[in-house]
Amino acid sequence: MSAEFVLFWVFAIATAMSALGVIVTKNPIASAMSLVATFFFLAGIYVLLWAHTVAVLQVMVYAGAIMVLFLFVIMLLSLGEDTSMTKFSPTRIIGGVATAGLLAALVLAFRKLPEASTGWAASVDQLKAFGTLSQLGDVLYKQWLFPFEAVSLLLLVAIVGAVVVAKPRI
Amino acid sequence: MQLVPTQHYLILAAVLFCLGMLGVLVRRNALVVFMCVELMLNAANLTFLAFARERGDVTGHLSAFFIIAVAAAEAAVGLAIVIAVFRSRGTVNIDELHTMKH
Repeated sequence: MSAEFVLFWVFAIATAMSALGVIVTKNPIASAMSLVATFFFLAGIYVLLWAHTVAVLQVMVYAGAIMVLFLFVIMLLSLGEDTSMTKFSPTRIIGGVATAGLLAALVLAFRKLPEASTGWAASVDQLKAFGTLSQLGDVLYKQWLFPFEAVSLLLLVAIVGAVVVAKPRI
Repeated sequence: MQLVPTQHYLILAAVLFCLGMLGVLVRRNALVVFMCVELMLNAANLTFLAFARERGDVTGHLSAFFIIAVAAAEAAVGLAIVIAVFRSRGTVNIDELHTMKH
C-alpha cells in the first residue's frame, strides 16, 4: 500500500467524520467549526488530486472568508440549541430513507464506471504543468474570459444585494 | 506507482453530498441548512477535480473556481436573508417560517 493510499484514507475518513459532525451537533457554532475542519481535510484531498491551487483557494475562501461570515451571523443572532437529531418525525424518516437511497444509487453507478486511466500523466512535462497557477491562468484568461467577468459581476450584485437585504433602512 | 482510483474519490464525493442532503432535509436551523448546502457544493467540486485528474484537463479546476465564487455569493445573500428574517420574525427555525405555504 503506497503512501498515497494511506493519506487518502486518513483524509477521506476525517472528511466524512467532520461532515457528519456538522449535521449531528446541536450547537450551531460546533457545526460551523466542524465544517471548517471538513474544508481543511478536503483541501488535503484536493492536493492528492494534484489540484494545489484549488486546495489553497479552498482554505482561503471557504475556511477563511465564508466560514467567518457564518460565525459572525451565528454570534450576531445568538441562537440557542437546535432540536435533537434523535427525535424522529415522519419528515425526518422520509429524508433519511431518501438520502440512503440516493447514496446507494450513486455508489452502484460509480462502481459501474470503467477503470480510470491516468495515462496522460506518463509525460513528465504535462504532469509538472498540471494544475499550476500559470496553466490555470492561461486557460482562464484565454478560453473562459467571459464567464470570469460574469462571475465578477455576480459577486458585485451579491455584495449590493446583501447590503440591501440586511439593512433595516437604507 | 499505484494511484488512488478515481472511483474512490467519486464515492467520497457521493458520501459528502448525501451527508449534506441529509442535513438539509433533517436539520431545522436555517444557518445549519446553509452549511449543509456548502457541503453539497464541495462534493460537486470534488467530483470535478477527480475527473480533471483522470482526463488531464484543467477545465475541471476552473469549474471548481466558479463554484467557489458562486458559493461565496450564495453565502453572502443567503445570510443577509437569514438576518432579515430573524429581524422580522425573531426565529430562524424553518418549521416556524411557513407564511408562504398558506
